Amino acid sequence: MGEVEVKLLGSWMSPFVRRVQWALKLKGVTYEYLEEDLKKKSPRLLNYNPIHKKIPVLVIDGKPIAESPVIIEFIDDMWKHNPILPIDPYERSVARFWAKFIDEKLSNVVRMALFSEGEEQEKAVKESIESFEIVERELFKEKTLIGAGEGIGYLEIILGSFCTWLPAIEEGAGFKVFDSNKFPLVNKWMTDFLELSIVKEDLPPRDRLVSYFQQIRHFVLATKK
Amino acid sequence: MAEEVKVFGVWGSPFSCRVKIALKIKGIEYEYIEEDLQNKSSLLLKYNPVHKKIPVLLHNGKPIVESLLIIEYIDETWKDNPLLPQDPHERAQARFWAKFVDEKCLPSLWKACWAEEVERETAMGEAWKNLELFERELEGKRFFGGEAIGLVDIAAIRIAFWINVAQEAIGVEILNKEKFFILWNWIDELLGCSIIKENLPPREKLSAYYRTRAAAAKGSK
Repeated sequence: MGEVEVKLLGSWMSPFVRRVQWALKLKGVTYEYLEEDLKKKSPRLLNYNPIHKKIPVLVIDGKPIAESPVIIEFIDDMWKHNPILPIDPYERSVARFWAKFIDEKLSNVVRMALFSEGEEQEKAVKESIESFEIVERELFKEKTLIGAGEGIGYLEIILGSFCTWLPAIEEGAGFKVFDSNKFPLVNKWMTDFLELSIVKEDLPPRDRLVSYFQQIRHFVLATKK
Repeated sequence: MAEEVKVFGVWGSPFSCRVKIALKIKGIEYEYIEEDLQNKSSLLLKYNPVHKKIPVLLHNGKPIVESLLIIEYIDETWKDNPLLPQDPHERAQARFWAKFVDEKCLPSLWKACWAEEVERETAMGEAWKNLELFERELEGKRFFGGEAIGLVDIAAIRIAFWINVAQEAIGVEILNKEKFFILWNWIDELLGCSIIKENLPPREKLSAYYRTRAAAAKGSK
């Protein structure tokens, strides 16, 4: 297969970028990483993602792809070895379902908690906890659904990136969503996930992340007023 | 092998409509079950315990939920008349735009449709911005999927029909014919296809539903 030129526009502090990096690593794809300053978005970012103006953006031979779940599916379509999504269509639909749930009902809601205060934040925290209850109750029902350490796939990438970042967001913003006693199955899964070498090897330092989330929260709240 | 395919839906839902259209394009026979959302069946709650929503596709006893995910499942299970492109980059674009329809375009369109007088201009501006971006994807093509209807066309039936009917019933014009003539050409092409036409809810029934909602909204002021 011919070589393609692969670039990734990202930011060190983004779990969504990390997802894409794990996917590329699983496929053994070489790429050029371009760090973006989100406070001052580059013309290159605005050119490659004019619609959302966000990272990550994967650029293949000059053609951009945005939105981390779309990018990961692209990576899986493009490089067929070491499949990231399950092969069976039903299992694929289940993986995609939970990935969507995690992004819509956890990632997005936790972001709301990060960037709000008072009643608005309380509501977002409550919703996040309810979403974790659903994950704890439903996601681990069938053992085949999710198994870190047995292989990292699509759903593991999505859930893992979110759970890895969550403690720093909680500390940075001063709220608590994840109680390890309340969610023992998720907690066990997370502990195993964090031991995987692909995950461990280049996580951003916790205190740097915490500091980042503190600052960004402060900035956003100040802008709201 | 005998296939058992069932669809749980609601007559007026654009989401169950998407699933019916995808199955029809593939030539798959199915049993349709109308759900009463005020009184959800135990089957629906069993097959979609997390969201308790329609549509649900049941294939040989296995439930698949979320309309866009159902379409991908349908495309991967029955290979004739592909709904997504083969090329990985084009597939990614199709998924991106289908997401854009649901996450950005439709919410802004609905907001503009139902906006109060004072908010309408801002809401309309936002909706138009999204429509302009979306319309650009059509340029030179008969459908978003190219020569044949694809994932993005099926996703955007919400715009072609539901927003269309709603704005007429409410008495606003978000999807402006002069401004978005390329999109309107696509709407005419799409709604002219028999496979689409036959699977849409009755226009008058949907219009009456929106008129009632509009009247109720006015009445509550």
